[in-house]
Amino acid sequence: MADQPTATERFIQGVLPENPVYRQLLGLCPVLAVSNNMKAAVTMAASVTFVLLCANVVTSLIRNLLKPHLRIVVFTLTIATFVTIADRILAAYLYQMSKTLGPYIPLIIVNCIIICRCEVCASKQSVFTAASDAIGQSLGFALALSSIAAIREILGTGMFFELRVLPAAWPDWVIMALPPGAFLTFGVMLAAINWISSNK
Amino acid sequence: MMMESRTREIKDSPGMWERIKKNSLVQGWLVLLLALFFGSALASVQLSLGPKIEMNKLNETLSKVPELVLGASRAHEMEAKNQELGIEPMTIEVNKNNKRVLYNVYKTTYNGEINGWVAKTSGQGYAGSIELLLGLDPGMELITGLFILDQKETPGLGNKIVTEQWRKQFINKPTKNRLIVVKDGADAVNEIDAITGATISSKSVSNIMNTAISDLKGQLISGQSSNR
Repeated sequence: MADQPTATERFIQGVLPENPVYRQLLGLCPVLAVSNNMKAAVTMAASVTFVLLCANVVTSLIRNLLKPHLRIVVFTLTIATFVTIADRILAAYLYQMSKTLGPYIPLIIVNCIIICRCEVCASKQSVFTAASDAIGQSLGFALALSSIAAIREILGTGMFFELRVLPAAWPDWVIMALPPGAFLTFGVMLAAINWISSNK
Repeated sequence: MMMESRTREIKDSPGMWERIKKNSLVQGWLVLLLALFFGSALASVQLSLGPKIEMNKLNETLSKVPELVLGASRAHEMEAKNQELGIEPMTIEVNKNNKRVLYNVYKTTYNGEINGWVAKTSGQGYAGSIELLLGLDPGMELITGLFILDQKETPGLGNKIVTEQWRKQFINKPTKNRLIVVKDGADAVNEIDAITGATISSKSVSNIMNTAISDLKGQLISGQSSNR
């Protein structure tokens, strides 16, 4: 398959040129829901990285056994397994964080980024390429999620990673920590990125 | 169908093979195998992590019990002196309108004397259910503490129910009268200040507490008539 991108290309594409959030507009549920503070955003990004990497590697290992009409079932089964493992690990070792994230960790099962990467890359390419694709895409997701979380946490609470960065006189923009803040920040960021890339 | 049954009659082996290959169980062998494999993997994860997760939940409850009964400063004092409170978990069954309700209650003792009760209870909040711990004095006359274990209230508004600043107004409220949430400054002994912009969350918490108090009051103190 000469026309398939190489491992390095897959990695680079995932981070910015084909950023899952800003370019493909995938995985927006966690981007909007858990981006009101950095700690939650980083935990979510780490969980997605774990699930995406494991799902891509497993899918790539069994790619020659997949039947076209049963592949989505296999992807979903694989993803759901790793999401459940991630959820249990969080509940065991980061109990408070797992309570904060609530249903959003189990909801990674329906995160389109992961099923999209299984379909586009892992079910067609080697394990190494699939792994580097997973890391690239996860990095892109982490960047997008934390960019929104940073803006929302700083403007909404005057803090960054729960440390005060703005003077105490800052009137916390509560709306930034609430759901509307997620839509506002995401819209503005998306517009800015489209504007910059169209001016190139 | 006719063709297929005829092939079976003459025991045409390539035809049989085709039929086996088309069987949905054979088609799905990978799915079945993976399901079996992933299922056992998940079972082992649950076996190894399950007890730890249960411990996390229990520890969170137990670590809060002393300060709910004694108040934060007294609890820290006791901890500093290495005095330990006896905590005895029990399950209380309450019959309400022919429905059985179960409460997890912790009886705390010090030097053999009861010095308080902590009850775990939950109820509907503004968004999802609120789970809380309620501390009561030995005679169940006064509320000695409140801690929110789990809530899904609106961030920035309703989730202020977890703040100590709001919770502390419940301390030393008598249980004789129902708690009432007011918007314009609490005056009477059984009045609670609502959180600005989150009256429903505030009311939910006090209603959950009212229900638990009226359910448990008669149950825990034998011989005392309940006012439920």
